[in-house]
Amino acid sequence: MTRIRRRGDAAFDRSVNAFLITVLLVTLLPLVYVVSVSLTPLGETNTLLPLRVSLNAYAELLKQPALLRALGVSVFLTVTGVLLSMLLTVATAYPLSRADLPGRKFLTGMILFTFLFNAGLIPLYLVVRDLHLVDTYWALLLHGAVSVYNLLVMKNFFQNLPESLEEAAKIDGANDLQVLWHIVLPLSKPILLTVGLFYAVTQWNSFFEPLLYLSDSKMMPLPVVLRDILTGLNSADYVDAAATTTAPPDALKMAAVVLTTLPMLLVYPWIQRYFTSGTLSGGVKG
Amino acid sequence: MTDVLHPSPTAARATARQRGLQRAWRHRGLYLMLLPGLVWFVVFRYWPLWNAQIAFKDFQPVQGILHSPWVGLGNFTQFFHSYYFTQLMTNTLLISFAKLLIGLPPAIVLAVAIHESTRGRLARFTQTVTYLPHFLSWVIVFGILLAMLSPSSGLVNRGLQATGLDPVNFLTDPGRFRFVVIFSDIWKETGWSAILFLAALIGISPSLYEAAEVDGATRWQRIRHISLPGMLDVIVLVTLLRLGHILDAGFYQIYVLYSLPVYSVADVIDTWVYRQGIQNFQFSLATAVGLFKGLIGLLMIVVANRVARRYAGQGLY
Repeated sequence: MTRIRRRGDAAFDRSVNAFLITVLLVTLLPLVYVVSVSLTPLGETNTLLPLRVSLNAYAELLKQPALLRALGVSVFLTVTGVLLSMLLTVATAYPLSRADLPGRKFLTGMILFTFLFNAGLIPLYLVVRDLHLVDTYWALLLHGAVSVYNLLVMKNFFQNLPESLEEAAKIDGANDLQVLWHIVLPLSKPILLTVGLFYAVTQWNSFFEPLLYLSDSKMMPLPVVLRDILTGLNSADYVDAAATTTAPPDALKMAAVVLTTLPMLLVYPWIQRYFTSGTLSGGVKG
Repeated sequence: MTDVLHPSPTAARATARQRGLQRAWRHRGLYLMLLPGLVWFVVFRYWPLWNAQIAFKDFQPVQGILHSPWVGLGNFTQFFHSYYFTQLMTNTLLISFAKLLIGLPPAIVLAVAIHESTRGRLARFTQTVTYLPHFLSWVIVFGILLAMLSPSSGLVNRGLQATGLDPVNFLTDPGRFRFVVIFSDIWKETGWSAILFLAALIGISPSLYEAAEVDGATRWQRIRHISLPGMLDVIVLVTLLRLGHILDAGFYQIYVLYSLPVYSVADVIDTWVYRQGIQNFQFSLATAVGLFKGLIGLLMIVVANRVARRYAGQGLY
């Protein structure tokens, strides 16, 4: 980030920095408190920073087969979902980024239209039902496999790559697939990581669609199980520690929140530096 | 035989078409690559549009979409005349506009503060931390809200009790639920919205700031006369995008957070469509309402784009 030289006005600088620190605290305080509660020994009162630290809540959760299965489902859905989405998005974005492809304007318009107007929840649900995808993971992988926003960001990125490289490869006898694989994709690492992260986050966070398309509680991914634990709904399935009638204690609930968030937090620092530049270099210009 | 140098109009058109076809054939690999994506758009985006005709029908699953009887605009008029129409529209518009009006200024202020900060590391760290919540799902945020707001053990209520006030169940109190919706949205999305504004600020030529400094402008004056005008285009663009989604109101968020006691203030078009359509099998009525929402959204974005083009000189498309 380029910084502009700024002279004087120390009071202004102090208030700007104080403001930033306040924003930081407001953002972090709830997160810190959640972690604190999850570490508080069962039966003790929560405090902003726990007096005694215990990993019992985590141990209790990780003993639950239902929770581990949901974790596995989420990992599976995220990995396959990202692969499928990336395959479809790259394969659609690349041809549409080529200025010399006849019909490209019409096809882009057709895709853009679905961004501006869609029929709503019920007509899409009926499609998934008529394809007999209800109660299968295909429903979750396919119904939102392509995001028009991601597609356009990627298409714009491809368009901005120097054309001469592709032409040189063409003269050397490479076909379209080879150009894409050997020239375009290696140059597109930031945008591939950015879009991949967006798709991964969407799949990892998805909780409404599983409830919509799946009925078997054994098939549900982690966010649905987390919701059940938080609301005390079906919690006997996940927490057997004398909690068959009452909702699970706070420490267990918050440990479940932390466990669901953790994979995201582990990946985030590695990818976050790409997505600002990736998103901005793409932009939405249609 | 036609003159090669002066072909007849029909022949010219024929050769042009041939050349077009030749060009298309040369790109057959690219079309093949496009095929799966296009099939996906036809099946999962255009087929639903075809299904949307049940909004004008009395859809009977046994008869199927095509053979169910037409009822014209019956489903639409039924919705407009129902008692929940006013309630749904009020809730949807209130929550949406509140998020827009209360949520936009913090994002702009945050971007300016990050841009103005002389402590590069603090600024970058704040940026990284504030856009993290954008990636948390609403279920996770629901968990965080429980930790903060739960009447028995929530941090906020503990604070209230310490000052001698009665605990409040924010998530089930109709008078306070909307505030929870709006402020949790601000907590989650401010950092993310600030990215675009920050990008606009970085794009402003440093020479403008230097010139202003030479002329003796204060920091505030530089923000008012250089930073804010420099962000105007992006502010217009973001507002446009949000106006196009003004009837969305944040479906996932409300779906996770709401419960029976707060339906009267929380129920928005999307949550109602889900309950009527999927849970009560009112497919036609729910589709009509969804279609109504989609059309208003399309209308909003087209009109807003026209206005923006005329008055700000820049539109969305």
